Amino acid sequence: MFKNFTEGIFKNNPVLVLMIGLCPILAVSTTVKNSLGMGAAVIFVLILSNVTISGLRKFIPENIRIPVFIIIISTFVTIIDYTMHAFIPELYDNLGVFVPLIVVNCIVLGRAEGFAYKKGIVASFLDGIGSGIGFTFAIFLMGTIRELLGSGTFYGFNVLPQGFQNNPVIFIILPPGGFLVIAFLMGIMNHLKRSQA
Amino acid sequence: MSHFLIFLSAFLVNNILLMRFLGLCPYFGVSKKIDTAMGMSMAVFFVMLLASWITFFIYRYLLVPFDLIFLRTATFILVIASLVQFIELFLKKNVPTLYQALGIYLPLITTNCAILGTTFLIIDYNYTLVQATLFSIGTALGFALALLLMAGMREQIDLSPVPAAFKGAPIAFITASLTSLAFLGFSGLLGLSI
Repeated sequence: MFKNFTEGIFKNNPVLVLMIGLCPILAVSTTVKNSLGMGAAVIFVLILSNVTISGLRKFIPENIRIPVFIIIISTFVTIIDYTMHAFIPELYDNLGVFVPLIVVNCIVLGRAEGFAYKKGIVASFLDGIGSGIGFTFAIFLMGTIRELLGSGTFYGFNVLPQGFQNNPVIFIILPPGGFLVIAFLMGIMNHLKRSQA
Repeated sequence: MSHFLIFLSAFLVNNILLMRFLGLCPYFGVSKKIDTAMGMSMAVFFVMLLASWITFFIYRYLLVPFDLIFLRTATFILVIASLVQFIELFLKKNVPTLYQALGIYLPLITTNCAILGTTFLIIDYNYTLVQATLFSIGTALGFALALLLMAGMREQIDLSPVPAAFKGAPIAFITASLTSLAFLGFSGLLGLSI
């Protein structure tokens, strides 16, 4: 049971190992705050959609399962979309179109199809948390690196010296920097895997 | 002039793959060969144009008058999914040659965030029908340009010596980073900003 939880975080990390759900990872990871906000939204949707689909799996006909999954997922995405819009409008504006786009995030649909439709509710719940934390871990890592190098701060607090903050590596915050940082993260993951084997 | 700017901005300056980060799954998934990249680009062009028209009318004449805007996400994704199914059936019956070319890429498009993202952006920017059309054509062409560039480079990379840890995905991301850096140069074009 515990394995359901840990697999999504490290061994099958959805982003760094399986390479799915990349769009929000690159787009909103310019600051730690945005990264955590996005991670929380994805965890919320993943847990609730996993549990709901697992609970209803006996009633969902196999032929039309994908449209049914999409409707269930889009319900929870709409809930988090409107909740964030009402309570944290500033963060919502930063994340922009990527909050409603969780509905086509391959991680959510992938876990629904690959796990929740076949397993029990408790296992699906743990799998949802695990995959969600795996996603959040990856986006948090990206956010930390990009905010530190790109503005010299961490979660808005001044970390690096003022001299650096006046002339940060702006390139890292711009779109090309996102591609570059994830390239090196994946390279490091590959290297670790190779040296383990 | 402003219509031309919308097209140019969607095509180059705010390129959907390299600047907006929408639709990255096909960008890395089907960019190993130029042939498959071509098929995917055509399928995206087709679906994006139809999807943006249909969602435009549904939003303006169904969701807004009946005060159902909160159903936007669910409606759009279902419209796109059924549209893709419909196009697939239509092509299979009437244009088998095109179906052969696009066949396997069409179902993948349902979960392509470039399509859904474009329909959301059209709503967010309050575009008229003409502007929406130009925006989606520009976006689809930008998608094709970036995807074909990537496919061409990856065919060359396959033949080059790459450090072992960077084989496969990581080197593709570095290539994407350099392409994106080149596209960043367009941001000064005609005074458009990101």
